Amino acid sequence: MRVKGQGLLLWAPLLAFVAFFALVAAGLFKPADTAVRSKLIGKALPALTLPPIVPGHPGLTGEERGPRLVNIFASWCVPCAAEVEELARLRARGVVIDGIAVRDTPAELSAFLARHGNPYRAIGSDAESRSMLALGSSGVPETFVVDAAGVIRYQHIGAIGPQDFEAILRAVEDARTI
Amino acid sequence: MIAEAGLAALWLAAALSLLQLVAGGLAVRGVDVASLVRPVAVAQGALAAFAFAALMLVFARTDLSVALVAANSHVDKPMVYKLAGTWGNHEGSMLLWIAVLAVSGAAVAAWERRLPERTMIATLAGQAAIALGFYAFLLIASNPFARLSPAAAEGRGLNPVLQDPGLAFHPPTLYIGYVGLSVAFSFAIGALVTREVGPAFARAMRPWVLGAWVFLTLGITAGSYWAYYELGWGGWWFWDPVENASLMPWLAATALLHSVSVLATRGALSAWTVMLSVVAFSMSMVGTFLVRSGILTSVHSFAVDPTRGAFILLLLSIYVGGALALFALRIGTVREGTLFQPISREGALVANNLLLSAILGIVLVGTLYPLGVEAIAGEKLSVGPPYFNAATGPLALLLVVIMAAGPLLRWRRDRIVALARKVALPAILLAGGLAATLLLAPGLRILPLLGLSIAFGVGVASLAPLWGRSLRRTPLFTWGMVVSHLGIAVALGGMASESAFSRETLVSAAVGETAEVGPYRIRFEGVTPASGRNWTAVEARLTAERGDDVLVLTPQARIFAAPPTETSEAAIATVLDGQLYTVLGKPGADGHWQLRLWWKPFVTLIWLGGGLIALGGLMSLIGRVRRERRPAIWAAFA
Repeated sequence: MRVKGQGLLLWAPLLAFVAFFALVAAGLFKPADTAVRSKLIGKALPALTLPPIVPGHPGLTGEERGPRLVNIFASWCVPCAAEVEELARLRARGVVIDGIAVRDTPAELSAFLARHGNPYRAIGSDAESRSMLALGSSGVPETFVVDAAGVIRYQHIGAIGPQDFEAILRAVEDARTI
Repeated sequence: MIAEAGLAALWLAAALSLLQLVAGGLAVRGVDVASLVRPVAVAQGALAAFAFAALMLVFARTDLSVALVAANSHVDKPMVYKLAGTWGNHEGSMLLWIAVLAVSGAAVAAWERRLPERTMIATLAGQAAIALGFYAFLLIASNPFARLSPAAAEGRGLNPVLQDPGLAFHPPTLYIGYVGLSVAFSFAIGALVTREVGPAFARAMRPWVLGAWVFLTLGITAGSYWAYYELGWGGWWFWDPVENASLMPWLAATALLHSVSVLATRGALSAWTVMLSVVAFSMSMVGTFLVRSGILTSVHSFAVDPTRGAFILLLLSIYVGGALALFALRIGTVREGTLFQPISREGALVANNLLLSAILGIVLVGTLYPLGVEAIAGEKLSVGPPYFNAATGPLALLLVVIMAAGPLLRWRRDRIVALARKVALPAILLAGGLAATLLLAPGLRILPLLGLSIAFGVGVASLAPLWGRSLRRTPLFTWGMVVSHLGIAVALGGMASESAFSRETLVSAAVGETAEVGPYRIRFEGVTPASGRNWTAVEARLTAERGDDVLVLTPQARIFAAPPTETSEAAIATVLDGQLYTVLGKPGADGHWQLRLWWKPFVTLIWLGGGLIALGGLMSLIGRVRRERRPAIWAAFA
C-alpha cells in the first residue's frame, strides 16, 4: 500500500544533503578567520589595581589613560624573554607598554629586566593571576591593545614575534584615533 | 624515476577507471562489452596499489627532489616514521584513500560472483565512477609525485605529534574501513540501477560491510588510544570534528550491518538498507571532506587546504547527490518484503537502527552546528563534550539495553513473557549492579551510574544467546555477535568507570616532594636531560607507591629539531585495575615543575572492548563466508 506523500518523502534525504552542501559551501568560500576572538574586544579594559613590584616602576592604579599595550608576562616564562626584543622595538616607536607580572617575585623580576631589557612604563604585580581571569586571558604571554577611551582593540595570544610587529604597531596607531 | 613511474601508473589507473565506467554503463544498456569490466577493474586496482608502493619507496629512500618528501620527511627520521610519512600528509593520504578504493573494487571484481552479472557490472561501474573523480582530484589538485627543483637539503620533517608508532597503524586501518564502505555504496547503486534489491543482494553485500566495519572499529579504537597517550590531555575521546568524522561512518555502518541481516534473513527493510549503504559511504566522504578542507577547526587537523576542500565538496555533491536522487527515483519500484510484529528480532533491529540513526544525527548536527552559527550569526564557537555526552549518552544506553535483548528474540514474532524469562537473570544482575554502585560509590552522576550497572547486566546478557546451546555446534557468526556485544558492554564499563572514578591532581612540585592521586603516592625524584635521534627532552623521574608496589614513570617534555616543536610525552603505567597517567608540564618559579597526575580505574577496558568488538566482527565475517561456501573471499582480507 502506498501512502500519499510517500513519493515526496523519498526526496527528503537529497534535500537534507542540499542543505548540508549550501552550508559548507558558504563556510568554505568565506575568507578564513581561524582566530578565536576574545569576548573583550570592543569592551572596556577592566579597572586593574595592582601593586608595584620593582623599584622605578609604578604599579597599575586603574587610572591609566591613553592608547597603550597591556602585556601579561612573567620572569619564569621563556617566551616572554623572547618577546622583550619586539616590545623594545615598539617602545622605540613611541608605544606605551604597561606590564602585568604574573606570580612573580621582586628579585626574579629585577634580574629578568636587567638581563633582557625593560620596555615597560608601569608594572603591576598580580600574585594570584586575578587579572588573567578578568581579561579572559588564556596564558602567558598575552598582549592587549587598549585605546584612549580604555577600550580593548586587539588581542595577541602568545609571544610577539618579528612577524607580528607590524600588526601590533598598526593596531596601536588605529587605537590613537577613536 | 620511481616518482615518474608512480605518476604514470596513476594516470593509467585513471584512464582505466574511465574505461571501466564507460564499458560498465554500455554493458548495463545491453552492449556486448561486459566481459571487459572485471579485468579492467583488477588492472586498475593493481596500478593504484603500485602507485602507492612507489610513493612509499620514495619516502623510504628520502628522495628530497620530490616536493612532498621534502615538505614532510627528514633524512634523520627513523625508518618507520619515514614510511608513516607517506600517509601523514594530504597528498599521500589521498593516494592511500584511492588505492584502497581501487583495490576493494578489484577484489569485488575478482571474487564476487553470486549476484546477476548485470547487477555486478553496474556495481563495478559505480565503483569506477567514484574512483575517476578522486583520480582527477589527485592528478589535478594534489599530485603526490611533483618534483622540487632544486632538491631540498634535508627536508622539513614530520609533525612530531605524528612521530609515534600508533600512527604507523591507525590511518591506514581507518582508511580501509572508510573506503571499504564504498563497496556497499556501489552495491546499492548497482542494485538500484538494475532493480535487484533482495535477500541475495544483502547476502552478497554483508561480508564487505563486515570487513570494512572491522577495520573501522580497529581504526577508531587505535585512534582513541593514540589521542589518549600522545596528546597528553588524559582524555580518550574529545568529540573533535576529526573524531566525529570517523565515528559517523561507523554508526551508519553498524546500523547497516544489522539492517542487512534483516534483509538477508527475512527480505524486509530493503529500501532502508539501500539508504544506509548510501549514507555510510557518504559519511566517509563527508568525513574526508571535513578533515581535508580545514572547514572545521580541530585539535588534530594535520593537513588542511580550502581549495582542495572545494574540489572534494564538488565530488561529494556529484556522488552523494546523484545516489540520493537515484534512490528517490528508483526505490518506489523496489518490492518491500514480509511484514513482522514489533516484538520480534526484526523489531529489535529496527529499534537498533532508529537509535543508531538518531545518534548519528546528533553527532552530525553537533559537528556542523558551529559552521551554521558562523554562517548565520557570524560568531565562532565550538560544541563540546557537554552537548555530545548529554545528547548521545541516554540514547546509547538505551541502545545497549536493546542490544542485549534483541538476540534473545525470535524472528517474525515473539512473546513478551518468553523474552522476560530469558532476560530475568541479567535484569537481576543489572539491578544488583545498580544497587551495589549506589551503596559503594554514592554521589555518582546519573550517566556513569547507569553506564556501570548496564555494562554489568548487558555483559552477562550478551552471553545469553549461548546458553543451552552446544558451544561446539554454535555457528561462528553467532559467536562473533556474542563477542562483539560483549565488547560493547566491556567498553561501556571502561567508559563509565573512567568517567565516574578518575582522579586528577595538578601540582607544582620541587624535587623530593610528594603528591597523591587515587591509591598512589607519587614522589618527584628529579629531572634529567634525555635525547633521541631527532629530539632532545627534559625527563622527569617519578616513583609511585601503592602498598608494596613501586612503579617508576618518566614523563618527558620533548623538543623536536625539525620542525622545531615541543610535545609532552605522557608516561603511563598500566596495572590490573587501571592506569596511572603522568605528564610533565612547564618549569615554574624557583625549581618547581608542574606535574599533572591522573588515576584512571579500568580505563583500559575501553580499548579492550573495542578490540573485542572488532574480533567479533572478524569471527562473523569468517563464519558467514564459510557458511556461504565462498572461501576465496576472505583471502581478500587476509
